Formats: sequence, structure tokens, C-alpha cells
Amino acid sequence: MADEPLIRIEHLYKEYETDAGPVPVLADVNLIVQRSEFLAIMGPSGSGKSTFMNVVGCLDLPTSGKYFLDGRDVGTLDADQLAHLRNTVIGFVFQGFNLLPRASVTDNVALPLVYAGIGREARSRRAVELLAKVGLAPFADYAPGRISGGQQQRVAIARAMVGNPQIILADEPTGNLDMKTSYEIMDLFTQLNADGITIVLVTHEPDIATYAKRLVRFVDGRITHDGAVSAPAIAGAGA
Amino acid sequence: MIGQMLAEAWHAMGANRLRAFLTMLGMMIGVAAVIMMLAIGQGAQFMVDQSIASMGSNLFIVLSGSSTAGGVRLGTGAAPTLTSADAEAIADLPSIAAVAPVAPGGAQVVAGAANWATMVTGTTPGYLDVRDWSIQSGFAFTDADVRSQTRVALLGQTVAKNLFGDEDPVGKTIRIKSSPFTVIGVLAPKGQSLNGQDQDDTVLIPVTTAQRKVFGSQFPGSVRFIMAQATSAAAMPAAESEMAELLRQRHHLPDRADNDFDIRNLTALANAAAETARVMSIMLGAIASVSLLVGGIGIMNIMLVSVTERTREIGIRIAIGARQRDILTQFLLEAIMISLIGCIVGVVLGVAAAVAANLLASVAVVITGAAVILAFGVAAAVGVFFGFYPANKAARLKPIEALRYQ
Repeated sequence: MADEPLIRIEHLYKEYETDAGPVPVLADVNLIVQRSEFLAIMGPSGSGKSTFMNVVGCLDLPTSGKYFLDGRDVGTLDADQLAHLRNTVIGFVFQGFNLLPRASVTDNVALPLVYAGIGREARSRRAVELLAKVGLAPFADYAPGRISGGQQQRVAIARAMVGNPQIILADEPTGNLDMKTSYEIMDLFTQLNADGITIVLVTHEPDIATYAKRLVRFVDGRITHDGAVSAPAIAGAGA
Repeated sequence: MIGQMLAEAWHAMGANRLRAFLTMLGMMIGVAAVIMMLAIGQGAQFMVDQSIASMGSNLFIVLSGSSTAGGVRLGTGAAPTLTSADAEAIADLPSIAAVAPVAPGGAQVVAGAANWATMVTGTTPGYLDVRDWSIQSGFAFTDADVRSQTRVALLGQTVAKNLFGDEDPVGKTIRIKSSPFTVIGVLAPKGQSLNGQDQDDTVLIPVTTAQRKVFGSQFPGSVRFIMAQATSAAAMPAAESEMAELLRQRHHLPDRADNDFDIRNLTALANAAAETARVMSIMLGAIASVSLLVGGIGIMNIMLVSVTERTREIGIRIAIGARQRDILTQFLLEAIMISLIGCIVGVVLGVAAAVAANLLASVAVVITGAAVILAFGVAAAVGVFFGFYPANKAARLKPIEALRYQ
């Protein structure tokens, strides 16, 4: 399976049922993502990029078309198998950090391991290890509300990394951060990518997109650009 | 994983202490009410059972019938139709275990300087068998005493206490209606009867002595009533018809004539009383159970609020790999925890309240392990039952919608 790409999407369609009938959101999307790629997804609001991320993240299923993640046909998996994929293959980073406010920083990082059935001691060891990696070791026992936004996003990244995923899906990870902190977070992603982790990033900020190695642009549910990260591509030329 | 989930459930409860406490309060009150009501109901049942046991088992009482004088029908017992000889004849019936004729009368009893008004019961030694009554000290009188009309007396506890205080009355002399009697024994304590009478406030003397020397009798050997004990509960219907037939024969009643006596089945009365107590016990428990139900609905209500409040948290958990059953278990555990803690406190409160009712208001209470286990089991079941719907709702949330929830 070594030559199988990490993500293979073929003729993917997604429609939402509304009272006024089905509304197409994604139409005939084809995409192959190899291991260790760093992909930025851009596009105007309503272009379907968030829906696309949900499908890639196994949070939502396509209406038709095929999606293979790590060689597995996602459309044929049941809810528990999808949960297992999210737990072991994918790591999520959200715009709003999405940490549990009542749990400590360490417990937040260790949470995915709970669902992987890993024991308490091993969980904390691994969580502390990752907190050190993102530079937050001194804050291990803090509540998420007591650290800054940038630090919270680092905790979220540590949580995404805790299960040794193959891919990190980041939806506007710098959307709530100032410019300096945003660059620090992007440096962290670059470092993780250098370690061999595939990163797919949704952003609308051109300077953030330049951190990626490949750019995919969505317009009206279709891919209009797939290739190098160039200034005209970022600007949406040729769309 | 369960350990971690228990810890999280504990945490979630701690995050909203007042709310968790108020929810538990519903369960506490419910469980405490069930335990207390069951304790009181069973206490009442116990009292009735005790009274029945003190009365004697499989018991009949045969009363003299009514008599008609010039068209005026007098009540039961007006005509003295029963005699000691009737009692002896009844004793020979195969379905009868023991018989005692009873000729009672009120009398002032004097011992030295003390005196006491009590009921003097003329009867035979069979009375002690029929009433299942034992002698505490001294001896009972015998059939020989009955034959020779001896002046001997057995004192009930109340009488002994009032006439002799702490002294032992056996061997002492008392006067009943100014005739001297030797006290030969003291009866064991028997307590209250079903209708609240002090059964220990009595003096037993041989029936012949009562008839001839104390009260006199309307005609030779007449007694007020006869107590008869059947050999078993199953033999009671046979005993009743045999007695009726025998007495009609002995009283030379023609076929068309009404009975000149009245046979009453005391056990049936007692069983009715016991049944009443049992129904009351069940009713109290049922009413209290309604509050458990209300407590359960309170848990469901709060869990639904909790699920809505934590929709985003649920979305996060699903996104990082929680399965539906993980979410279900988490919320179910939380509901069960609230319910169980409420239940434990409720058991303590209920037992305390029952004991307090016993001490402060002298209400008879019986707390059985079964009642506690029942209340506990029902409460746990309520937690699972009412916790399931909200937990299931949480587990079925769509991850993208849950994550989008603000």
C-alpha cells in the first residue's frame, strides 16, 4: 500500500437536502494527496471548502463519488470505523481551538487516547511529551481559559498529534490569532510537515497560504486551481 | 476507560454543584419517602400481626344467641343459652384442639391496702391453650380446681403490678367481691388486643368458682361465651359446621328454628385487619414511588439541558474519535451517578426519618433490608431509564452540526 496515495478522491459530489430541494455544494471533485504534502485550500465563502474538509475528515459522507483515505474506502465504513479513522489517522485543528474548558491542558491533549483505550499513565506520558514539543511544558496543569489564544492553539495541535496521525486537517487555524502568533503556529505546522506529516490547511489569508507547498482553490464547489503556490493563484487569478 | 469516564462524570457534576445537588434532591426525597413509607406500612403490619399472634390462632368465639321476649328481639348474648357442658361437648369434636368456656364479670379486687377494678374471667385450663398464653410464675389451675370450685386466681401483669407492685404475688391472698382467693400464678405479658384493650388487665379463676361463688349464674353452668381453637386453619370450616350441628342438637332446636347461638371466626377478622394493613403498606409505597418518578424526570430534564449546553463538547469528542457508545456511556454514567448519590443520601435520610418518627411520635416502624434494596434498585433503574434518552440524544448528534453549535 506504499504507492497508494494518502487521499484519493474521485468524482465526489455533495448535496444538502433543503426544503427547496437538494442544493449542490461540491461537484465532481477529484484530488490526490500524497504522503507528506502540505496543502492549502482557499476559496471564497460558500465555495464548499469547509464541506470538503468535513468529508476529508470523515465527519460527513459524500452524496456520491469515491473517497479513499489511507487505502480504505470511507463510503463503506460504519460509524465506529469512521470514529476509529478520526482517532488514529486524522488530527483536527479548528479555528476556535475547541478545547474542553473544564479539563486541564494535559487532559485535553490526552483526550483522543482515552478513546483509543490507552491507560492513564501512558496517556499522561504521551501528552506531556507533546506539550514539550509545542513548547508548553510549564502549562501542563493549567485550564485552557488561563492561557493565551496562541498557546491554546498549540495545545490543540498537540492534541491533534497525540495519536500519531498521518494527516492534520486545519480549518482556519490562524483565524482567531494575531499576525505574529499566526506565523509561530505556521512555523509549527511547517516543522510537523518536515517530520513527515501531511497537512491540509483551509485559509483565506494569502500570507498563511504561502507556507504551503501546494494550493487548491475552490469556486462554487469545483476545484479551479490545483498546483503551485504562486501569487496569481493566491489572488484567485484565472478563477 | 470507565475509570476516566467516572472521573469526567464527577467533574461535570462538580462544574455545576447547585444544579447537581437540586437534581439529586429530587431523588433523595423520593428514596427517603419510599423508605419511610415502607417502614411505617410494615410497622403497622407488624403491629397487626403481633396482635393476631397474641389473640391465639385458628380461633372461634361462640356467643349466646338472641332471645325474643314478647316480640322484642334482644341482642346477641341476651339469652344465656351456652353452658360449661356445651364447652365440654365441643372439646370432644375431632376438628377442635382446645376449648374454654368464659364467664367474665367486672369486680373490685383487693389485696391488703391496694385495690383495683378489673375483669375477672371464669374459665377452664383450656383458656391458656386457646389464647396461647403462658404462665410467668407459679402454676395454672387444673381441671380438678374447676371440679371442686377452688378459690384460686391467676393474675394478669397489669393486675399484679397494681396490687402488688414489684412483690411476687404467688401465694398471696386477694379478695374478689369479698371472697378470698389464693394467687397461684401470674400470666405472661400479652399486650394490647386488636381493638386496643389491655389484655393483661384480668384475673383468671375457675369457671365453676365464678358461676357459683362470685357472680352467680342465670341457670346452672351458663357461660357468656365459649372460645374454641380448631386443630388447623384448614380445619376451620369443618369445625364451624360441626360445632353448629352439635349445639343445635344439644339445645334441641327444631329444623326451622334459628340458631340460639352465634359462631364467630376471629381469625377471619384478624386476617381482614392484616390484609388492610398490607394494602395500606402497598399504597404508602406506591404513593412514595410517584416521587421517585418525579425525581427521575428531574434527572432527565437536567441531563437534556446538560446535553444541549455541551453540544460543542460532544462535537469535539466525536471529531477526535469518540464512538457513539462512548458518548452514550459518558452521559449515562453521569445520570446514574447523580441518581445513585441521591439514592444513598435518600436511604440515610429515610432511615433517619423513620427512626425519628419512631422515637418522637412513637410510630411503629420496621425497616427491612428488602425495602432498602428495593428503593435502591428502583432509583438506579430510574437513573438508567431517564438518563438513557438524553444520553442517546447526545450520542446521535451529527458531528458537524455539534461542532458548529455556539
